Amino acid sequence: MKLTVWTYEGPPHVGAMRVATAMEGLHYVLHAPQGDTYADLLFTMIERRSKRPPVTYTTFQARDLGSDTAELFKTAAREAYERFRPQAMIVGSSCTAELLQDDPGGLASALALPIPVIPLDLPSYQKKENWGAAETFYRLVRAFAGAAGQRSAAEPRERRPGARPRCNLLGPTALGFRHRDDVREVTDLLGRMGVDVHVVAPLGATPADLARLGEADFNVALYPEVANVAAQWLKRTFGQPLVATVPIGVGATRDFVDEVARVAGVDPAPALAGEPSRLPWYSHSVDSTYLTGKRVFIFGDATHVLAAARVAAEEFGFTVAGLGTYSREFAREVREAARAHDVEALITDDYLEVEAAVADLQPELVLGTQMERHVAKRLGIPCAVISAPVHVQDYPARYSPQMGFEGANVLFDTWVHPLMMGLEEHLITMFRDDFEFHDGAAPSHLGTAALRADRASEPEPAVPSRLSADEAAIGWAEEAELELRKVPFFVRGKARRNTERFAHEQGVGLITVETLYDAKAHFSR
Amino acid sequence: MNCLTAHSPSDKGAVRNGRPLLRERGQHEVFCGLTGIIWLHRKIQDAFFLIVGSRTCAHLMQSAAGVMIFAEPRFGTAVIEERDLAGLADMHGELNRVVENLLDRRPDIRLLFLVGSCPSEVIKLDLERAAEHLSRAYAPDVRVLAYSGSGIETTFTQGEDACLASLVPVLPQEPDTADRSLLVVGTLPDVVEDQFLRLFTALGIEPVRFLPPRRSTDLPAVGPQTSFLLAQPFLDGTVRALEKRGAQRLAAPFPLGAEGTTAWLAAAAAAWGIDPERFQQATELGKKRAERALERYRDRLAGKRVFFFPDSQLEVPLARFLANELSVDLVEVGTPYFHQDYLAPEVDLLPPDVTLSEGQHVDKQLERCRAARPDLVVCGLGLANPLEAEGLTTKWSIELVFSPIQGYEQAGDLAELFAQPLDRRQRLGV
Repeated sequence: MKLTVWTYEGPPHVGAMRVATAMEGLHYVLHAPQGDTYADLLFTMIERRSKRPPVTYTTFQARDLGSDTAELFKTAAREAYERFRPQAMIVGSSCTAELLQDDPGGLASALALPIPVIPLDLPSYQKKENWGAAETFYRLVRAFAGAAGQRSAAEPRERRPGARPRCNLLGPTALGFRHRDDVREVTDLLGRMGVDVHVVAPLGATPADLARLGEADFNVALYPEVANVAAQWLKRTFGQPLVATVPIGVGATRDFVDEVARVAGVDPAPALAGEPSRLPWYSHSVDSTYLTGKRVFIFGDATHVLAAARVAAEEFGFTVAGLGTYSREFAREVREAARAHDVEALITDDYLEVEAAVADLQPELVLGTQMERHVAKRLGIPCAVISAPVHVQDYPARYSPQMGFEGANVLFDTWVHPLMMGLEEHLITMFRDDFEFHDGAAPSHLGTAALRADRASEPEPAVPSRLSADEAAIGWAEEAELELRKVPFFVRGKARRNTERFAHEQGVGLITVETLYDAKAHFSR
Repeated sequence: MNCLTAHSPSDKGAVRNGRPLLRERGQHEVFCGLTGIIWLHRKIQDAFFLIVGSRTCAHLMQSAAGVMIFAEPRFGTAVIEERDLAGLADMHGELNRVVENLLDRRPDIRLLFLVGSCPSEVIKLDLERAAEHLSRAYAPDVRVLAYSGSGIETTFTQGEDACLASLVPVLPQEPDTADRSLLVVGTLPDVVEDQFLRLFTALGIEPVRFLPPRRSTDLPAVGPQTSFLLAQPFLDGTVRALEKRGAQRLAAPFPLGAEGTTAWLAAAAAAWGIDPERFQQATELGKKRAERALERYRDRLAGKRVFFFPDSQLEVPLARFLANELSVDLVEVGTPYFHQDYLAPEVDLLPPDVTLSEGQHVDKQLERCRAARPDLVVCGLGLANPLEAEGLTTKWSIELVFSPIQGYEQAGDLAELFAQPLDRRQRLGV
């Protein structure tokens, strides 16, 4: 048993729902107790979808357990077919139904419905949402693309003369972070290179579309968490090369263009011509001096943190102070990236560990999920959201991709927005006691000054940190506490911790003003 | 029960309180009882709710409220894992370990609820025994109780019923020689409790106590001298537990709107033998204010056709309020369970031609709703946006559970909750 308050990922059947809800003409019959229908609101409320997810739940109750829950499942599956007339159906169990061992796959096949029925085996007590989405997508791709006829992977893929190369975009789902906009951006980018998008899946695809996957020249895995298993199978089965670069950030988008050009045998120049993104110039402009070396903590799914680490370091000039993911399946890649930034990767699905790491590192910016947004808010650290899980406000009305050159523009705006602007930061450091432009004030464009002002007079929030008991036991002389208050709030936590660490190392029991400045000198680079 | 009949669409022959009742069985689009923790953990301020369940339970809790309550919530989930199920770990030992960690982290907790879930019920994990054992281990600092909020046994607000019923056996005994006391049963917002307390004082009814209390160290005493009023209609188990302790229920409509509030207070006044003039004096001001507040909404709501999907069991009292005080036209009033004992005084006040339905077959109910084209649909979060997209106007029912709506001073706010969606649709020009 594991104590959990907030979770980064839902159960695997929610992953299956993300695939089913993204697709057209597919229906999911889920053996589940009443109450599991809460999952509908993820889609209708958080993502503001205007249709109910195509899911029928058996909603069995205690009184059904003594009789025949299997019969209940068959009735639900039959009624769902008659009512919705889908092209295909997926069937499976949620965590509770898994314990009943009713075998939805076997029950559904006994119904002999006139459509393909794909059974899903998603072990709820071992696996999580993204795994469930990947497995569901893979099962669907195998069932439909596989049925359309295999071909040897060794067989060379020949295009009709003069025909434009075609690729599939794999991985976008319902409830994804900016998936809809990413698909549009990447489709446009490929179009400029003369590459057509053949099938996008699962988002917007029908089972019949999945059957056409094998016709494309190559695949692009936009979200490896969901796409990789299916993409690898397509590579083995149809010999379709896989473009694995995720085009988030200017550098990665350029690499993506090069990789596509190589795989498709097209000219990358049209996609790179001119200045397709404003990010490089914005980062070079003098105003961005204040971004240089800012310490940033990054946490989220593997795709987005790997991309964010590169963008933060190479395209903003930030220092990556911490890097981690809840996607255990990609722990190796994230550890590698962390090593490149000289930090230790945090691989966990426990947000309390993430909170402790943030409290300990005292970064100047947090890039994370909705969980890190809350953590950062508690700690008074600016934060931008880069990865699922996200709130309703992270489904903006405007076009707001993360991928491609426009995506890079969006990253620049989104990550800089929560920060104090250049000169404002300097002025606050110089004149701390101005009654309205004071130490505790938020960036003036954010308009939450009153809220922050309260915090200025409060002690820093108590957050479990990795400080040893010795470090925590060190005392502060009153004048040193007062001097510490003069340090701007957004670096005060870091100054406090550095000073305590320094005092501990030096064997100082009581921190004085002198200790404070000794520590400042010690840690200055 | 034979499952074919269990899943069969409807039982039109049923009759409740002399009214035809449409009973349906099919997909229930409702929350499970765990959801009640979202308000219960804010109400009882030194209690922690530990769900023993799956990742699904934890995911539900962070999704159900629509937004996360991130101020270190006093609830969490002990997630059962593969090794627990495979017998590799002793589940009671695991639970003890989780509780120990939790109480170390939260020394402020005085009352811990172990909350059963669908998986814990299916594997027959004995949480009551675990609670007894833990209670002995942590006495006197922490009391540990168990109840089930599982979806196979409880629908949404029934979780609160199960929680309160688990509290009843540990309520202090009221001496037989004590004066008569009034207990108000069911979670009310603090502000509403305070208003009711002032009204009861003005009526000369005291002592008045509330279940659940704001702190677990302030449990109300109960005994044969206790009379109780239900503030919520979904508390069947709690009623039975209280009756077992010798307390007597005062039958009354629920305190929604001026009419409901007056009748609810009158039930207590009658039991206490308060003279009518004093009752009149004590309630007149509030009643007038409520009626004045409702006046502003009558034009906007009168004649509007309203359809209720089942959600919280508050549907029948809400429908009565809308029909009688705002002249709303009721199309269908769906409720997850129809407790005739508690709803009889409500049904007596309902207009004669209302369709009542119990249970749900969501697709069939949606068909009826679309065919009726009501002016306002009261439904859960899973259905609201899809119906809005079809051109229907909706009110999220969960807001009716999360808002102060009871009593005279909230009558206008309650009307506002129904008027708002209509107002929005009227204003929007795109």
